Amino acid sequence: MGKKLLLANDHIPGIQSYDVYRSNGGYLSVEKALKTLKPEDIVEEVKKSGLRGRGGAGFPTGMKWSFLAKPEGVPRYLVCNADESEPGTFKDRYLMSRIPHLLVEGMITSSYALGANTSYIYIRGEYYYVAQILEKAIAEAYQNGWLGQNILGTGYNLDLHVQVGGGAYICGEETALLESLEGKRGNPRIKPPFPAIAGLYGCPTVVNNVETIAAVVPIVNDGGDSYAAIGIGKSTGTKLISASGHIKKPGVYEIEMGITVEEFIYSEAYCGGILNNKKLKAVVAGGSSVPILPADKILTTPAGEKRLMSYESLSEGGFASGTMLGSGGFIVMDEDTSIVENLYTFTRFYHHESCGQCSPCREGTAWMEKLLHKILDGHGTLADVDLLWEIQSKIEGNTICPLGDAAAWPVASAIRHFRSEFESFVSNGNAKHPIN
Amino acid sequence: MAKITIDGKTIEVADGTTILQAARMIGPDVAPPTMCYYSKLKTSGGYCRTCLVEVSKGSEKDPRPMPKLVASCRTTVMDGMEVKNNSSEKVTDARKGVVEFLLLNHPLDCPVCDQAGECHLQDLSYEHGSAKTRTDFERRNFEKINIGNYIQLHMNRCILCYRCVKVADQITDGRVHGVINRGDHAEISTYIENAIENDFSGNVIDVCPVGALTDKTFRFKSRVWFTKPENAHRDCPTCSGKVVVWKKGDDILRVTGRKDQWGEVEEFICNTCRFETKKTSDWTIEGPSPINNHSVISANHYEVFEKPQELTINQIRPLAIDQNND
Amino acid sequence: MEKKEIKFSNEALGLVQKMKSRYPEGKQKSALLPILHLAQAEFDGWLSPEVMDYVAQLLGIQSIEVFEVASFYSMYNLKPVGKCLLEVCRTSSCWLRGANEIVAHLENKLGIKEGETTPDGLFTLKTVECLGSCGTAPMLMCGAQFHENLTTSKVDDMLAKLKAENTRKTYLDKVEVNQY
Repeated sequence: MGKKLLLANDHIPGIQSYDVYRSNGGYLSVEKALKTLKPEDIVEEVKKSGLRGRGGAGFPTGMKWSFLAKPEGVPRYLVCNADESEPGTFKDRYLMSRIPHLLVEGMITSSYALGANTSYIYIRGEYYYVAQILEKAIAEAYQNGWLGQNILGTGYNLDLHVQVGGGAYICGEETALLESLEGKRGNPRIKPPFPAIAGLYGCPTVVNNVETIAAVVPIVNDGGDSYAAIGIGKSTGTKLISASGHIKKPGVYEIEMGITVEEFIYSEAYCGGILNNKKLKAVVAGGSSVPILPADKILTTPAGEKRLMSYESLSEGGFASGTMLGSGGFIVMDEDTSIVENLYTFTRFYHHESCGQCSPCREGTAWMEKLLHKILDGHGTLADVDLLWEIQSKIEGNTICPLGDAAAWPVASAIRHFRSEFESFVSNGNAKHPIN
Repeated sequence: MAKITIDGKTIEVADGTTILQAARMIGPDVAPPTMCYYSKLKTSGGYCRTCLVEVSKGSEKDPRPMPKLVASCRTTVMDGMEVKNNSSEKVTDARKGVVEFLLLNHPLDCPVCDQAGECHLQDLSYEHGSAKTRTDFERRNFEKINIGNYIQLHMNRCILCYRCVKVADQITDGRVHGVINRGDHAEISTYIENAIENDFSGNVIDVCPVGALTDKTFRFKSRVWFTKPENAHRDCPTCSGKVVVWKKGDDILRVTGRKDQWGEVEEFICNTCRFETKKTSDWTIEGPSPINNHSVISANHYEVFEKPQELTINQIRPLAIDQNND
Repeated sequence: MEKKEIKFSNEALGLVQKMKSRYPEGKQKSALLPILHLAQAEFDGWLSPEVMDYVAQLLGIQSIEVFEVASFYSMYNLKPVGKCLLEVCRTSSCWLRGANEIVAHLENKLGIKEGETTPDGLFTLKTVECLGSCGTAPMLMCGAQFHENLTTSKVDDMLAKLKAENTRKTYLDKVEVNQY
C-alpha cells in the first residue's frame, strides 16, 4: 500500500468528532499557516506541490489561486465544490462523511491563503445528511476557536457556511455552482469573465473541489516539496479513486499516482480483481464523461507500456486510444456487459442534466438518448449509428460549458472502440455480445 | 483601439467591442447570424450558438488560434485578431449543426404561423440549414397559452433565446414570466397562468425571433407580405411613439417597433401604441418603411436597406413543409 | 378539503433567519434553495403554488423567480408525493450491479409503476440519476437515508420497516451515518 495523506487516519474510531481529529494532528495546518506563514507563502507551497484540481479538470491549483484578483475593498470568496455528481464518483462524500474536519481545516487554511473572510461549501442536495455532518464539524470548529473572529488571536476572521443544492449535476460546473449559490437556476455563465475576476456576487472567487481543499492540509503541514515527491511527473501526490462496477471490492482508495492500472484493478489492496473472476471488458477511468476504453487499451499504452494511474499516462494516445483521469470515478465492466446499454444510461443522464441554455446541448443530448433508445429497442439502423456519431461531433466544442463535451465523449468513445456492438444491436436486436 | 480582420476585411474598433459588433460594422456580408443576441438587451447572447466563429489568430501579442469556435456575440476583440466566419468550413459545419438542433423540436408550421415571412429561424434555415430533417421522433408539444389579452405564447415554436425574459427583466417592472424546467423540457411560462400586465410587455413580441410570441390583435389577419409597412409617429405620453404601421389598404392591421437592418427594434414602444392605436387618423405617416433585405418578405415590393437578394416565390415558401406531417 | 394556512413554525422561521444571515446584505435570494428544502419538508413533501408564493414573500422576490428555481432542480416536488419517496439510482454503476432488478422488484412489490404513488399514499417510486453511491450499488434514497448494497430481500425489509413507521421522510431527517 502506498502513502496516504488524506485517509491516513480514516481507520481511527471516532475520527469524525473534533476531539479525536484534533488529538490526531488535526488543525495543525491552521496553526502553522496563521501563526507562521503569510498568505502568499501558502500559495507558493501549493504551487510547489504541483497539486491539480481534483474535481476532474486537473488544472494546477496554485496557478488558479494566483489568478485571483485582489482589488482593494472588495471581498474575495473561496467556495468549495462539493457538488459531486459525476457518475462513478463518490470520493468526496466518503471524505466528508468520514473525516469532515479535514475539509473544514482545509477551508480555513485555504481561505487564509486567499484572503477570504466568508467561505462556502456548496454540497449537492442529495448529500443532505453529509451537509449535517459538516455543519456539526463547523459548529465544533467555531466552539474551539478555529472559525469566527480573531482566530488564534491573529486578527484573521473567517465565517464558513454550508449551502445545499437542489439536485442538478450541472452545478458541479463552477459558474453554475455560483449561480445556484446565489439562489438562481444552475445555468453556467458565459465566460469571460472567469470567477477569479468576477465570481460570487460579482466578486473575485476561487472554486475548488473537496479533495483539492483537503490536500492543502498535508501540503501546508509537510511542505509543497514533500507533496510533490509523491506521484509521478506532473501527477503529484495522492488521488482518491472511487472504484465501482464489476469488481470484488468497490470503494474509495487513496493511491499514490503512478501505480499501474493493472495493479489497481487486480491487487488485493485495491479493487481485488473482477467480480466472479470474469474477464475485464472495459473501464471508464475518470467518471462518466471520459472516454471508455476496452481492456487492452486501459491496461497498456499505445507504446506498449503498462498504463499508469496518472493524468499523463491515462491520456496517452489522445482520444484515439487514451482517456483521462478526470474525477477518478473508476467504473469497471466485465465481459458480459453491454457497452451500448451502459452508454444509454450515460446518455440518459446527460439528457436529464442538461440545463437547456444552449441549443446543441439541450437538443443534442435529448436526440442522442432517443436514438440510443431506438437502437436498444431493436429498431435502429446503421444510419442511426452514424447519425449518433454525427450528433456528438456537432455538440462537442460548441456549447457554453463542458457538459456538452461530457455528453459527447462517452458516445464517441463507445462507437470508436465498440462499433461492432452497435452494429450487432441494429442487425440482431437484443443479442448478447461477445467480448471484444 | 483594436484592429480586427474578419473574412479578410479589416476594421479598427474600440476596445471592448465584440467580434459580432465589429463584423456588423464591416457589413452584412461578414456578420454572423444571430438568434439570441440583441444589442438593446444586456447580457443577451451566447445561448443559440449560431454566431460561432473561428478565431484563427488570437491577437498580435498572442497569435495562437483559439482552440474552439467562439460565440462572436460574447467574445471581445483583441488587437490583431483574425476571425473566419463564412470563410471557415468549421464554422459552416457547426452552424449547420446548430440549425438542425434548433429545428429538431420546431413544429415547422410556417403555413399557419404569423411570423412566417419575417421569421429569423426561417431565414437562418434557408441560408445555413439542410433541406431535409434527419429525425422522425415526436416533437415537443405544448398547449398555446394566452398571456394577457394581447399576447399569445406558442411554446412549440420557441427556441429559448431568452430575449423575452430579458425584456421583462430590463424594461418592465415585475417580471411574471420566465424559463421553467430544464434541458429540453425547459419552457417559457408565466407563473401559474399569470397575465403579463405592463405598459411595455408587448415588446416581447418584437424581440421574439420566431412565432412563439405573437400579437393577438393581428392573429390571422393577413400574411405579412400582403401588408405594407409604413413609418409613422404620434405624440405618446409613454413611449417615443415612433412605430411601423402595417397596412392593408387604408386599414392598420398591426403596429410594431421600427427595426434596424439586423432585425432589432430601434426603440421599444408601449402597449397603447402597439395594441390600441389602430386608426389611421391616430398616426402621422412618414412614408414606406425600409425592410431588412435578410427577410424573405423583401422579395416583395418593399423599400429595402440594401439591394435585396434575388429570391423566387418558391424560396419564400416555408422550408421543409413536406416534413410537417408527423 | 380544508385549506391549511401556509406559514412556517416558529422553529422553522428561526432557521429561515439563520439561513438568510449567511449571505451578505442584499443577497438574501441566496437562501432560496435551502428554504425550499425546508418548505418542502414542512408542507407535506411538495411545493404547491401557495408555498412558492409564501417563500417568495419571505425573500422579497417575485413568485416566478421561485418557480424558475424550483422547477430547475430535481429534488423539489411540484406535485404531491407519498410519505416515502423512493428514489432509485440507475446510472451506470448502479445499472451494472442490478438497479433494473431493484426497480422491477419495487414495482412488483408495491403494485405501482415508476412515477406512481401507492393508493394508501405511503410510497412514491421514482427513478433518478447518479446519487454518488456507486461503490455501494445498487442503491436508493428515501428522505435523507441512503439504502445501499440493495438486494431484493433488503428491499423487502426496508419496505416493511417504512410501512411500520408510517411517517413522512424528508431530506432534512437526521440519519445514521452509513458504514462503508
